[in-house]
Amino acid sequence: MTDAHAVTIETVSKSFGRGQSAVRVLDNVSVAIGRREFFTLLGPSGCGKTTLLRLIAGFETADGGTIRIEGADLTKAPPFHRPVNTVFQSYALFPHLTVEQNVGFALEEQGLPREEVRRRAGEALEMVRMQAFARRRPSELSGGQQQRVALARALAPRPKVLLLDEPLSALDLKLRKAMQIELKQLQAEAGITFVFVTHDQEEALTLSDRVAVMQGGRILQMGPPRSIYEAPTHRFVADFIGDINLIEAEALAGGGVRLAGGGVVPVPGATPGRVTLAIRPERARMVAPGAGVVDATLVHSAFLGTAMLHKLELPDGGSFLIREADLSAPMPERGGRVGLCLPAEALQVMQA
Amino acid sequence: MMQSAAVRQLVLLLPALGVIVLLIGVPLGLMGWVSLLEKSASAGVDWQASPGAGNYLRLVWEEDFDGRMILNPTYLVIFLRSVLQAAVTTLLCLVLGLPVALWMAGLTRTGRMVMLLLVTIPFWTNLLVRNYAWLIILREDGWTTAVLNRLWPFGPVQLLYNDAAVAIGLTYSFLPFMILPLYSVFEKFDWRLIEAALDLGATRRRALRRVVLPLALPGIVAGSLLVFIPCLGAFVTPALLGGGKTAMLGNVIQAQFGPARNWPFGAAVSIVLLAIMLAVMTAMALWRSRRAPR
Amino acid sequence: MNLRRFPVMREISIAVLVFLYVPVIVLTVYSFNANRTATVWTHASFDWYLRILANPSIRAATWNSIVLAGTSATAATLIALLAALATRRAFPGRDTTETLLRLPLILPEIVVAVATLLLFVSLGVSLGLGAMIAAHTAFCIPFAYLPIRARLDGMSGSYEEAAQDLYADRFRTFRRVTMPLLWPGVMAGFTLAFVTSLDDFLTSFFLSGPGTTTLPVYIFSAIRAGITPEINAISTVMLVISILLVSLSFFLGQLRR
Ligand SMILES: Nc1ncnc2c1ncn2[C@@H]1O[C@H](COP(=O)(O)OP(=O)(O)OP(=O)(O)O)[C@@H](O)[C@H]1O
Ligand SMILES: [Mg+2]
Repeated sequence: MTDAHAVTIETVSKSFGRGQSAVRVLDNVSVAIGRREFFTLLGPSGCGKTTLLRLIAGFETADGGTIRIEGADLTKAPPFHRPVNTVFQSYALFPHLTVEQNVGFALEEQGLPREEVRRRAGEALEMVRMQAFARRRPSELSGGQQQRVALARALAPRPKVLLLDEPLSALDLKLRKAMQIELKQLQAEAGITFVFVTHDQEEALTLSDRVAVMQGGRILQMGPPRSIYEAPTHRFVADFIGDINLIEAEALAGGGVRLAGGGVVPVPGATPGRVTLAIRPERARMVAPGAGVVDATLVHSAFLGTAMLHKLELPDGGSFLIREADLSAPMPERGGRVGLCLPAEALQVMQA
Repeated sequence: MMQSAAVRQLVLLLPALGVIVLLIGVPLGLMGWVSLLEKSASAGVDWQASPGAGNYLRLVWEEDFDGRMILNPTYLVIFLRSVLQAAVTTLLCLVLGLPVALWMAGLTRTGRMVMLLLVTIPFWTNLLVRNYAWLIILREDGWTTAVLNRLWPFGPVQLLYNDAAVAIGLTYSFLPFMILPLYSVFEKFDWRLIEAALDLGATRRRALRRVVLPLALPGIVAGSLLVFIPCLGAFVTPALLGGGKTAMLGNVIQAQFGPARNWPFGAAVSIVLLAIMLAVMTAMALWRSRRAPR
Repeated sequence: MNLRRFPVMREISIAVLVFLYVPVIVLTVYSFNANRTATVWTHASFDWYLRILANPSIRAATWNSIVLAGTSATAATLIALLAALATRRAFPGRDTTETLLRLPLILPEIVVAVATLLLFVSLGVSLGLGAMIAAHTAFCIPFAYLPIRARLDGMSGSYEEAAQDLYADRFRTFRRVTMPLLWPGVMAGFTLAFVTSLDDFLTSFFLSGPGTTTLPVYIFSAIRAGITPEINAISTVMLVISILLVSLSFFLGQLRR
């Protein structure tokens, strides 16, 4: 195969348990992750993100399929033969070693001379601005500091791929935001491929070059954050990422989609039958009654600081959210009727 | 992959299992066999003898001068005494240990640590020495006896060499075995249950009886087994604090393997001791498994 | 109102502590009594301690005890360490294995002791230090095993994964990560095995040959011959050693993980 990819995963499956009680955790997963890419695995708890990461790291062996790193088939290789390092969710800093010894661990294992080990451990610590803490024990550090040391430790041996399993989940919100920016900068500086696991969709969208949304051991959709956000191909993906309105509708044979109790929107390319229309709250607008595709009742409005959030009720009883960034826009009364304008280019049609 | 991991595990386990099987399993098996044989003229084991239950029968019956089998109560009495002593000791340990465990669990973290250490220390210090300490306290020319003799108007008091002295010694020896498992139950105890009980109108005493004790039952059972079983096989305490009339099973076994030199008979007594122990443990396990599903 | 406090529990507990410690304290005090008769207190002295130091049989017995405890505890700890590593992950038959490893704790010691005597004599193995070391190693295994196992159970497997991730192979991972983290448990296990062997009377009583008495066996026969202040002194020494060692292992066990 080509060497263009940092990590190539082909039809990998993994089950835990045997016989009757076997659970299939990964089902025929294939991914190709490019060099220097910030690639994120996103999905709900238990969907197999950690398992996939552990397969790349070599802590688990795949039942089938191949895993290549820079072209070399490492499906069966033990962790210590893979040019890949991990930042563990719990950090797993060795409690009996100092910060410096932790960071130098891999360098020593690679047989570098003592001086070189010290120099490069120092460099790695500098990169995360932790050189002042070199002689401390991990237990004497705060969560955020431990996080940085874990990063430095994994980066010090200059791996081809860095695996990060929810590395920020133990931090408080403010620190998490700060670390997100740092992570992104570090990745750019070090020029290393990052495979990042999170179940925080906002984090995934902010950081990644590409996101893979997983569910039940499969990858549902993969692509740049923008396309995942704006053009979800699965109901699950649409629902999982950000707020979204889902409307039951019917695709017509002559093109266009008819809303329940309303008009027809001119979206092309849908096979006739039942479909779900998806639209982000900020892409829909309120207009005068009768001027939109369908009329709805305003149930509730809330001020969000930078926008207004309106909750509407559709004729079929479904609810609909609108996010209005223009605070000077005229606001209808609560309980009043409004028209709903759904721009065709903002609508995503999903086969139900 | 699977294969080599299993092999590695087996290799790691081999020394431990080998030692335990060779130095505990095999000897016990051998003893079971020997208990069916007879002693030889030279006080050893007559390996040629055909196996039989003679030694077990001899625990209950003996031949009189006319060759008839008559009941011999000697060993029966010792069996009974051993079981009784073990039971009394278990009860004493429970009565003394339960309050300690309960109180410990309510202390601060440091307090709990200190108490844990204080209770653990006797557990590990020399059994012989600790029983010897009681020998000093209870002996005839000691001040305890002297003081009691002053207070007790009806003749001289004899503190040593009776069942009471043995019971004190055994309780002293095995009390930590009761406190520690009870404590480990109370330590994990959800104290809000008591709050609930009090809230439902129970008094403290009734909360103790109706909430704490039932929940402590697993600890009580574990502790009782840990006290009862070693008591049953006790040798040092009855040997030091007891007299000729307070012998327990351990003393009989020691005598048969020592001065009396009837090893097959001693082996039979040991096997009976093991059997009683097994019976008690099985009964407890059965009782527990019947309680468990609810 | 403290929910964990019940009436009279404190009083009973203090009484129990007194019950547990007064005999030991009395023994210690007597060991410093200059007077040979126990009833009369003359003045404090170290005479009896000097006397036991000079006593050649006590010195020989002490030496035997130390060699015995040192050897058996070392062997038991090594064996238990391997077993603990093997039983870390679940496998069919793990419960049975664990029960077997704990067997010496459950069985009445006197029964195992005479059974071992029976085996050694019928095999023609001569009694003495070698026989005692073998038997002590067997019953020390659970004492060494349990603390090591507890430490392993409390140890996250991710440290070892991290080491392998950082290019340490299995052996190097064991040396650089597993062993240092396990060390307090191993030391606690060794200490407990050592104390158990040092304090053991019954097994040694049956298996010690002529000339290889251990300290507890010596004390037992001395008590049988009559109470003397020397026994008080040597008993106190044994108590102090045990207490020190157990406290040590207790603190090793509490060591932060
Ligand atoms: N060693 C194992 N043995 C058995 N089942 C396992 C094992 N590891 C994971 N699983 C199961 O595999 C599934 C996927 O687990 P995984 O840890 O990959 O999820 P995840 O996506 O990382 O979830 P989270 O966001 O909660 O970390 C879960 O149902 C889990 O219970
Ligand atoms: Mg996970």
